Amino acid sequence: MKNKLFLSGNEALARGAWESGVSVAASYPGTPSTEILENLAKYKEIEAEWSTNEKVAFEVALGAAIRGKRAIVSMKHVGLNVAADPLFSSAYAGINAGFVIVTCDDPGMHSSQNEQDNRRYAKFAKIPLLEPSDPQEAYDFVKIAFELSEKFEIPVLVRLTTRVSHTKGIVYVNERKEIPLRNYTKNFSKFVLLPVNAKVRHKILEEKLLELKKLSSQIEINRIEKGKNGLGIVTSGVSYNYAKEVFEDAWFLKLGMVFPFPEELFKEFYKNVKEVIVVEENEPFIEEEIKILGFKAEGKKYFPILDELSCDIIRKGYKNEELPHPENFETVKRPPQLCPGCPHTGIFYSLSRLKVTVLGDIGCYTLGALPPHNAMDTCICMGASIGNAIGFEKAGKEKIVAVIGDSTFLHSGITGLIDAIYNKGKMTLIILDNRTTAMTGHQDHPGTGITAKGEKTREINIYDIVKAIGVEEIYEVDSYNLKETLKTIKKAIESENLNVIISKRPCALLKEVRENFAKKTKMKIDEEKCLGEKCKACIRLGCPAISALNGKISISPLLCVGCEVCKEICPQGAIS
Amino acid sequence: MDKKEFNIIICGVGGQGILLASEILALTAIESGFDVKKSEVHGMSQRGGSVFSHVRIGEKVYSPIIEKGKGDILLSLEKAETLRWVHYLKKDEPLIIMSDLEIIPPLVSLGITSYPKDVEKMLKDISSKLFIIPAKKISEEVKDIRVLNIFFLGFLSNFLPFDIKKWEEIIKSKVPENKLEINLNTFIKGKEFIKHFD
Repeated sequence: MKNKLFLSGNEALARGAWESGVSVAASYPGTPSTEILENLAKYKEIEAEWSTNEKVAFEVALGAAIRGKRAIVSMKHVGLNVAADPLFSSAYAGINAGFVIVTCDDPGMHSSQNEQDNRRYAKFAKIPLLEPSDPQEAYDFVKIAFELSEKFEIPVLVRLTTRVSHTKGIVYVNERKEIPLRNYTKNFSKFVLLPVNAKVRHKILEEKLLELKKLSSQIEINRIEKGKNGLGIVTSGVSYNYAKEVFEDAWFLKLGMVFPFPEELFKEFYKNVKEVIVVEENEPFIEEEIKILGFKAEGKKYFPILDELSCDIIRKGYKNEELPHPENFETVKRPPQLCPGCPHTGIFYSLSRLKVTVLGDIGCYTLGALPPHNAMDTCICMGASIGNAIGFEKAGKEKIVAVIGDSTFLHSGITGLIDAIYNKGKMTLIILDNRTTAMTGHQDHPGTGITAKGEKTREINIYDIVKAIGVEEIYEVDSYNLKETLKTIKKAIESENLNVIISKRPCALLKEVRENFAKKTKMKIDEEKCLGEKCKACIRLGCPAISALNGKISISPLLCVGCEVCKEICPQGAIS
Repeated sequence: MDKKEFNIIICGVGGQGILLASEILALTAIESGFDVKKSEVHGMSQRGGSVFSHVRIGEKVYSPIIEKGKGDILLSLEKAETLRWVHYLKKDEPLIIMSDLEIIPPLVSLGITSYPKDVEKMLKDISSKLFIIPAKKISEEVKDIRVLNIFFLGFLSNFLPFDIKKWEEIIKSKVPENKLEINLNTFIKGKEFIKHFD
């Protein structure tokens, strides 16, 4: 029983990487990828770090692999956009010890701004792609990825999706194999991508791809499963599991290594079937590979490009059937919301009162765009708020407010702020410093002074950075003090200068904060003073602990943390 | 119980212990010799939103999520959340275990939308195997609303072929030492609560 564990895809992948002898791991947190580094960091044999952003994480892991230690970098799908620059070059340069890149895609956009299909990156960057379908394969495939990487001196992309990352299943595990440090010798023509060298490396890369293409038809993770009828299903990743349930009697070409596409294996499969159906989420990646070879196959004709697949979507799409099931009911919507005691609440409450244009960013504070605050106009990608604000100003000439979190500011906000200074921006930037990367579950970052391994380190001081960049007007506020917050934001907006407000108040869900709150008294409503339905000033705060039903306001003792912000805004003094 | 496959949805609202309950259920099934897959969505759904977990138990499980029309059991710790998942249940007399707790979301407080009425009646039309648990009353009895999830697991255990010792073993491994007694007692209370329905 000792080697049989119940693991999520992310946990299993981390375990497999550890067993493969990985020594260096780097990442920037992002759902659904976060738990990979969190689990890698627990192993004493692994140097694991939260990097400032995905590009840096990629470069750290690549550096380790060039030096001679097996290394892994993990990130969510959009993170690979940030790291795309070193990704493409790393394929040319190649590596020394094994180097695995993990992308966790989010079909259905459970917590992402788009649903890009990163299988396309493998083809674009010209590196092999492995796609596990469940936690056991996440564990197995990462080991194969390291072997492939070293054999071909090439980075290998492992693509998970939300339903693999966050599905738990039984995984049979083993022990770690130590891999000694490889010799490093300076290699100008390989690792220095001057045009003269890159030209040679490109040719070498194309040759590797031809070899990898041959291997793709032989590798055991690409297999034909015999069926009882003439239907041939080609599939990979989690889609395999859905298809297995819907097409019980079909032939399957189950692809674990999706790129380069296994041409020879497909031809063999094709001989046995009358019709080829490709079952894959989002982009028609496999379908296109088959069609490029000149074979008939259908996929997107039956299954949508949008959203996640499921057994019922596949069944409906191809067979136009549905299993009998009860009718669907409308029920109440529960959109995500700022937590009780959230330090962002006071900021968005103030911004919505001031009715200014607010350009947002990626993090918990993106929820400020939802009712009751509706206080955010844009959310594009990590670090975009400041650059967007510069553009807004250039186009419209009015004062713009940009908001960004502490982790996001360090990730890619700094460069935007430098640009704003250089190009004479006038915005008010609010840095929402809640002392953590809250959205993804409280990972540390350079501003918290704690590493991914839980060790103390030098804390990056955001105030000092902002000052050093050249901002002359800097304010600090505590968002629990509503009056002060509102006054400060108003003053900053009215100012002609570029200015920065740092709102420094730790996330209400941090352990120390929760312990402090536990000692506080919960807020209560004096029903005689409360005007109920007629007033609702407290409801506009958007605190989940406060609710109104049948004309009466109540504060849930279960949810209230005792931050006392609602007490400040009740005009009747009915909250204490 | 000769059935070899169970598709169970556990749902509710963030903070109710849905994920812990589904973890205990899944581990108990594994200990009892089954293959199990469990799927839930992390991230934004934790922030006051609805939370769900699909637990699939069988000899060999492929899909981590339950297909519409294949759900055998719906265990719901919040009333309105039950409605969100009924169309995943099988047509023929699925088992529904539902809390009478109503957790009001801010959109209702703001008057933007309303909380569904007559939930019990709607569900009765779907299946006669409907058990409504008076959760508010029970949490007053057990004096800790945070163990309500374990009460529900105890009640659910009446419908699954797992030995009580396996359940207890897994609960022991999953809850903190100082909360063990109240959890085990609550599990038994939940199991025995079936007597209230004849």
